[in-house]
Amino acid sequence: MPALRPRGLAPAPVMHPLIQQLTSHGPVITDGAWGTELQARGLGLGEFPDIWNLTRPDRVGEVAQAYVSAGSQVILTNTFGANRIRLGEQGAAERATEINAQGVEISLKAAAGRARVFASIGPTGKLLMNGDVTEDELRAAFSEQARALAAAHADALVVETMSDLEEAKLAVSAARETGLPVVACMVFDSGKDKDRTMMGTTPEQAARALTEAGADVIGANCGQGIAGFVGICKRLRAATDRPVWIKANAGLPTMVDGRPKYTTTPEEFAGYIPALLEAGASFIGGCCGTRPEFIAAIRRALHRGKTE
Amino acid sequence: MADLKKLYDSVVSGDAKATQALTREALAEGVDPLKLVNEHMVPAMDEVGRRFEANEYFVPELLISARAMKAALELIRPLLIARGDKPVGRVAIGTVKGDLHDIGKNLVASLLEGGGFEVIDLGVNVSPEKFIETVNSKQANIVAMSALLTTTMPSMKTTIDALKQAGVRDKVKVLIGGAPITQKYADEIGADGYSENAVGAVALAKKAVTAA
Repeated sequence: MPALRPRGLAPAPVMHPLIQQLTSHGPVITDGAWGTELQARGLGLGEFPDIWNLTRPDRVGEVAQAYVSAGSQVILTNTFGANRIRLGEQGAAERATEINAQGVEISLKAAAGRARVFASIGPTGKLLMNGDVTEDELRAAFSEQARALAAAHADALVVETMSDLEEAKLAVSAARETGLPVVACMVFDSGKDKDRTMMGTTPEQAARALTEAGADVIGANCGQGIAGFVGICKRLRAATDRPVWIKANAGLPTMVDGRPKYTTTPEEFAGYIPALLEAGASFIGGCCGTRPEFIAAIRRALHRGKTE
Repeated sequence: MADLKKLYDSVVSGDAKATQALTREALAEGVDPLKLVNEHMVPAMDEVGRRFEANEYFVPELLISARAMKAALELIRPLLIARGDKPVGRVAIGTVKGDLHDIGKNLVASLLEGGGFEVIDLGVNVSPEKFIETVNSKQANIVAMSALLTTTMPSMKTTIDALKQAGVRDKVKVLIGGAPITQKYADEIGADGYSENAVGAVALAKKAVTAA
């Protein structure tokens, strides 16, 4: 039973032991995109990926396994949309706990001790500002999800792809209640310099607010190709004392034969690793459009930089 | 005497209450409703759009200004309908089949209404058939499609092809948007326009109806 972090107190000044352990050996390789990998294994266009934890766990496990084999030291889970609000749109709200638990189990099995499992918590798709949803509803949905992920023995929780700082804070707060380390990352893809979230939040504002909310790791994922992440990483690094987590897209897609295709190659992607390291990234991985080959390329790039 | 400059300001600052109160006052004094819209509120939304493009306003500011505009339009629309005024254009808008994301689509719909368009919001997970049916039954001259997922982008092509099949493709301008969408994609699938953000979408829609 993980030691419960006291609620309502200032963020812990000492780094969480797991995060300390992982980052002490240098940059940590996380994983890449899951949606496109599941599609390659038969997930239909527009089909909700998280449901496959129940209906096609073997294929979900293959994706997890592929990332572990490619060199991911941390893999996530197929639970990005598994909060009861989004599941409700699929008529599966009551299966939230089950889907989350299965997601963690599948990833743990694939990791088999070779990688850590950081469970994914994504946004609900509802805007607080518009009154689409209340704070209480968000809190309840994130708490339910976080509890299920923690009970299934995830090593940590990743609140990711957030655009709304208020929603992100609620998710972090719910995640912290489990006592697990919490990664909090947002999408910076708006504004003329593509350095704000859709709601106008800057990296500085995000880093400060999420650190204050108690996140153990602060980061950015999705939204734009890897080039833009170097600048975002620098700004996050400067605005927090927590390690920084970067998961970049392989650019934006073009359509080839009716299917979306990402044009950044693994080598091009990995070419940005030195810049990202210098910008202060501690956790590096990929988001939309990346595949196990990208993780392998990242691993090669990191080993090239190491003096043996 | 209703202060129409204050009306402009209240839309720009997103003050729905003040916008409604000033609109009511102006209408009661007999100010032409269309003049209120075209000479005061639409320019206000244009200013909101300019601030957005200049990085001064973000989505939250767009939302509250659009809300203020809508509050005023609720008072004005019945008057315009009663005297048979036509909207600037009619837009059938929706998130495509397989996709349930609606924040972007809702924002565009709000801003289009603010821009004087009649908006038929078809919601999410909208089939090509539904778009076609709306074009025919409501005489929509713009079809606006949103997708947030790369996995649902192809539904945009399917819808455009279906519009062709149904013989109505040249009756409408097709505008698309969404996080993974690009100009290149729009060109590839034969859309008439793409915008990176909601403000650009309104500008495109206005161009589309004047070019027609």
